[in-house]
Amino acid sequence: MGLDIRWPIGIIFTLYGVVLALYGAFTDASLFQEKSLGVNIDLWWGLAMLVFGLFMGALAFRASRRSES
Amino acid sequence: MHPQFVDYFIVATYFVFVLGIGFALRGRMKTSEDFFLSGRSIPGWITGLAFMSANLGALEVMGHAANAAKYGMFVNHFYWLAAMPAMCFVGVFMMPFYYGSKVRSVPEFLRKRYDEKTRTLNACCFAVMTLLVSGVDLYAMAILFQRLLNWPFWASVVASAVVVAIYIYLGGLTSSIYNEVLQFFLIVFGFLPLAILGLKAVGGFAGLNAHLPNPGYAHTWANIWHAADNPMGINWFGTIFGLGFVLSFGYWCTDFLVIQRGLAAKDMPAAQRTPLIAAVPKMFFPLLVILPGLVAITLDPTTKNLLGGRYDNALPAMLGRFYPSGLLGIGLTALMASFMSGMAGNVTAFNTVWTFDIYQTHINPGKEDSHYLSMGRMATVFAVIVGIGTAFIVLRFNNLMDYLQLLFAFFNAPLFATFLLGMFWKRTSAHSGFWGLLCGILAAAGHYLLYHYHYIHYPSDMAANFYQAIWAFVVCFVVTVVVTFFTEPRKEAELVGLVYSLTPRPKTSNLPWYERPGYLAIGILALCVVLNIIFW
Repeated sequence: MGLDIRWPIGIIFTLYGVVLALYGAFTDASLFQEKSLGVNIDLWWGLAMLVFGLFMGALAFRASRRSES
Repeated sequence: MHPQFVDYFIVATYFVFVLGIGFALRGRMKTSEDFFLSGRSIPGWITGLAFMSANLGALEVMGHAANAAKYGMFVNHFYWLAAMPAMCFVGVFMMPFYYGSKVRSVPEFLRKRYDEKTRTLNACCFAVMTLLVSGVDLYAMAILFQRLLNWPFWASVVASAVVVAIYIYLGGLTSSIYNEVLQFFLIVFGFLPLAILGLKAVGGFAGLNAHLPNPGYAHTWANIWHAADNPMGINWFGTIFGLGFVLSFGYWCTDFLVIQRGLAAKDMPAAQRTPLIAAVPKMFFPLLVILPGLVAITLDPTTKNLLGGRYDNALPAMLGRFYPSGLLGIGLTALMASFMSGMAGNVTAFNTVWTFDIYQTHINPGKEDSHYLSMGRMATVFAVIVGIGTAFIVLRFNNLMDYLQLLFAFFNAPLFATFLLGMFWKRTSAHSGFWGLLCGILAAAGHYLLYHYHYIHYPSDMAANFYQAIWAFVVCFVVTVVVTFFTEPRKEAELVGLVYSLTPRPKTSNLPWYERPGYLAIGILALCVVLNIIFW
């Protein structure tokens, strides 16, 4: 296999997760009052995407270790 | 919608990844089989998600959100009545023939089972249909670009088309499938918060049911018995036979756009699992598209404010209403991903059918493999250019869903009768397939003209499409059977691997229970029945 699709998925979700969570953490809360019913959705959804990205990356890493040995 | 820098950054990053996957796969495309069929080497979970995602174009996502706002939960039938049984059927019963006979496309299967003229008729219809459909996604993507960046429509169309063309040109079907898997996850993560925030805004399912502008919107089945009772104006017969049987089986079981993903699988069990794996997320997709549509109509029952007077705006309007900057970028990326996967699915299916079934068969046979590989690349560019042209045709239409269901009713509905008879009745003769298919298409055309010029009437365009599909199917079925009795049957030895009664069943006893297609299909259908009962 040339490319394990879990690498790009893991990388892009980790990146998006970090950007979204940081943006949520450092943004004025009035934005979320106005839009997302007072929930800091950027922070929470960013963390969810981060977890998913790291999980995909871990799966890809495990597969690459296995194919080497 | 007022996107900020962070939103543009998220969307731009996505395009970098899409193109990056194309470049990473560039070196692997050595033969035409690599380019058109991914060298039949991809694991089942990847082809399964791609099978699901290739169908997730603009119409699926924006169209069904719009339909939900217009017709209510009745739209669940497109998922639980239509898609589920058909996806299980193609996985368990039909994939063994497609994959086992080593064909490279659906028309090629028709040549093996029937004859050359049946294949050519189907290949030409399919090529035209995919080109007409591919413009829809391009159109939707261009509209989004135009709103985001304030580019003129033509520049937006060209920019979106160039991205799709580059990644398919470089990486062929593999690139398309890999991007579809990435797109699948982006679509889920991009739209799920909409369901959560939307439900919170209307006070959960109880609040939604209490506030829907029409109490009938809260039911999938309860109003199906009489056409006058339900918002779409279709009774149980039209719904179950037209949508649940003819249109859905015609699409999921014979449309090469989705079947091609199964053919790329690494072995027979993976090919059979492809539609079954796709069925699991598909079953829960109403949560991501129908629910936001229902919330939109609940918040704006007159459609004048949030929706701006158009049902098609339901999904983008909900994104704009509930998503703060940051998440808005993710939501917009999910929309773009959906349009690109829809467009790319059409382009890869077109270039394969064009190269193998039309070019190699009729125009320039007997060349070396590398010639057909480069033809596939040229066909990709050609398809995208024609897609740009169709995007401008689509711009002149005002109702996309009717445009598409009309095309499906023309070409897919009769085709399913041809396949059903060909695969399950060994007597079906070589000539009958062509005449059945031709008469089915003509019946669809005749029905369309009668409806269009008001000689027959239906309560809605959607009802007309369902009945057009039923007529096309019945005519194709009857003509194929009648012609069969007047022509020679084929020798049974030639039909091994093509007809159910003459083909050994794929062995599944060596697989663990959770990988056996039959068990998976039963589990999926059982779960689907439960969902139907809950949202009765």
